[in-house]
Amino acid sequence: MSLTHKAPPVVPQDSEPHPPATPPKHKLWFYRFDTKRTPYVFISPFFILFAIFGLFPIVFNGIVALRTWRLDDPDRNGWAGFDNFERLLHDEDFWNALGNTFGIFILSTVPQLLIALMVANLLNRKLRGTTWWRVGVLLPYVTPIAASTLVFAVFFSRDNGMANWLLSLVGFTDLGDPLDWRAYKWSSWIAIATMVNWKWIGYNALLYLSAMQAIPKDVYEAAAVDGAGPWRQLWRITVPMIRPVVIFTVVLSTIGGLQLFNEPMLFEANPAAATGGSNGQWQTIAQLIYKVGWKDLNLGYAAAMSWALFLIILIVAALNAFITNRLGGGRR
Amino acid sequence: MTTVTAPPPGKRRRREIGRAPQDTRGNWSTYLALTAVLALSAFPLYWMFVIATSTDEAVSQTPPSVVPGNQLLTNLREVFTMQDVYFTASLINSFIVASVVTVSTLFFCSLAGFAFAKLRFKGRDPLMFVVILTLTVPNQLGVVALYILMGKLGWNGTLLAVIAPFLVSAFGVFYMRQFILNSVPDELVESARMDGALTLRIYWSIVVPAIRPALAVLGLLTFVATWNEFQWPLITLNGTEFPTSMVALSDLASGNYVIYRRVLAGAFMATIPLLVLLVLGGRQIVRGIMEGAVKS
Repeated sequence: MSLTHKAPPVVPQDSEPHPPATPPKHKLWFYRFDTKRTPYVFISPFFILFAIFGLFPIVFNGIVALRTWRLDDPDRNGWAGFDNFERLLHDEDFWNALGNTFGIFILSTVPQLLIALMVANLLNRKLRGTTWWRVGVLLPYVTPIAASTLVFAVFFSRDNGMANWLLSLVGFTDLGDPLDWRAYKWSSWIAIATMVNWKWIGYNALLYLSAMQAIPKDVYEAAAVDGAGPWRQLWRITVPMIRPVVIFTVVLSTIGGLQLFNEPMLFEANPAAATGGSNGQWQTIAQLIYKVGWKDLNLGYAAAMSWALFLIILIVAALNAFITNRLGGGRR
Repeated sequence: MTTVTAPPPGKRRRREIGRAPQDTRGNWSTYLALTAVLALSAFPLYWMFVIATSTDEAVSQTPPSVVPGNQLLTNLREVFTMQDVYFTASLINSFIVASVVTVSTLFFCSLAGFAFAKLRFKGRDPLMFVVILTLTVPNQLGVVALYILMGKLGWNGTLLAVIAPFLVSAFGVFYMRQFILNSVPDELVESARMDGALTLRIYWSIVVPAIRPALAVLGLLTFVATWNEFQWPLITLNGTEFPTSMVALSDLASGNYVIYRRVLAGAFMATIPLLVLLVLGGRQIVRGIMEGAVKS
C-alpha cells in the first residue's frame, strides 16, 4: 500500500507527550473503564448481529430440518426425526438437481478460471491505460445478475435469438429449425454456464493479477537460464507462484457455483415457477430449495435440503482445494 | 502453441527472456486480445441497450439488429406504469436499502476493525479468528430459518428484512482491520491517549481521517453487492408492494407473454446506477478487489 503515511493532522503534536496530571478519582475510573471496555463495545455490533442473523438461523435450521414445518398448514407440526433426510435419499428431484448443479458447476468453473488466468496474464504487462483495462473487465461484475441473465435469456431464445443466428453463420444450426436452448440438459447447461463465466472471469482475473504482481522479479531472471518463453513462463513460474490465490478462487467458486440460483431462476420463461425447465433440465439445488420451501411450502424439507447442500459444499470445496494443490505441483 | 515456446534467435528476443512480465511492454497482440475481452464484457450491456430502445419488430428480425432504436422512452413508460411490478418504488427501495446497508457497514466495520487492529483487550485474537471463520459459512444454509425468524419478528415483506441481516459484514471487519493495521501509526493513538482522548474520540479524529480511501473502497463494494442481491429479497419481498429493483425485474420477466424490449428496458434502468458508480469509482473498486486478494 503506497498511501499509508498520510499522517492525519488532527491531534496537536506541539505538546510533548507527558504523564497526565493526576486527575480526580472519578475521572480516573472513567478512563480505566474506557480502555478496558470500549473495545468490546466497538466489536459488539458485529457479534450481536451475527448471532441473530447468522448463527441463530444456522442452528435453528438444524431444528427445522428435524421437524414437520409447513407454511400452508401451520398446525401440522412436531418432531419428524430424520424423515426429511430419509425422503431426500429417495427424492428423484433432488438427485436430478444435484446432477444439474454439478454439470453446470464444471462447465462454468473450469473455463472461468482458465480464461481468467489468460486475461490476468494479458493485464500483467506494461500497458497504456492500465486502470482503464482493469475497470473494463469489471463491467460484468458490477452488472446486476438479474439484468445480465435477462439479456442472456433473450440471447438464447429459440426464435430470433442471437445465439442461434451466430451458430447458423458457422453452419451449426438451421434457422428454419432453430435450437431450443431450454429443451435439453446439455444446451441449457451451456447457456447458464456462459452467463456464469461472463460474470466472473474479470473478477477472478483481477485476483490473479494482484498475486502475479507480487511475484519477485528475480524469479523470472533465474528462469531465464533454461530459456523459458512467455507460455512456459506462465505455466512453469507464474501459476505455481500464485498457487495460494488459485486455490482460494477454486474454493470461492465452488462455494458460489454449488449455490447457483439467480441464473437458473431467471433463465426460465416464467421465473416464478422455479422448476428449472419443463422437466427440471437445469434445476439446481438452490432453486429446488426455493421451490420446496416457498412454492410447495414445505420448510422442514427445504431446511433438510440446505443441510445436505452445506455438507456437499464442504466436501467438494475441500476436495477441490486438495486437487488444485496437487496439480499445482504442491507435493509438500 | 509450439510457435511461442520455441526460442527464436535474435537480440531483442534474448533481452525479453528473464524479464518479469509486468516489466514487459504489451505488444499489438496483447492489445488486440484485451480489446476482444473488453468487447465481450461490454457486448451484453450494449445489446441490452439496443433492445431497450427498439420496437417489437426490430427485436424479432433476422439477423438481429445491433443498432439502438429510438423507443427508449416509450418502453420505459410501459415499464414504469406496469401493474403489480411497482418499478418506480423498487428503484427507490433499492436506493434506501443499499444506502443504509453501506453507511452502517462502513461505521460498524471500521469501529470493529479499529478495535481489532489497535486496541488491546482480552480474547482479541480468538475473536478475530471467529470473524474470519464466519466468512466461510455459505449463506444458503440459514435461509429457511432466517425466513421463519423474520416471520416471528413481523418483518417479512418489509425493507427491514433485507436491511437488518446485512448491517455489518465479516469481510468488512477483516478488510478494515488490515487497512488500519498499516495506516494508523501506534504512536499517534498512544499520544492521543496520553493527552486524555477517549477511545471514541481517537476513532473519530485519528482513525476515520486516515482510512478514507479504504472507506471508499468498502463502500463501493458494499453498495454494488447490496444492490445486486437477489435470492433473499425474492424470498422475503416477492408479491409485496415493496420489492427491490431486482425483485421487480423478475416480476417484469414473469408471465405467459414476455415482452423483451420492456424487460430489458427495466434491466437497463436497474443497471445504470451501478454503471455510474463504476465510472466514478472504478479505480477504487479495482483496488478493493486486488487488495482483498493479496490479504486472503
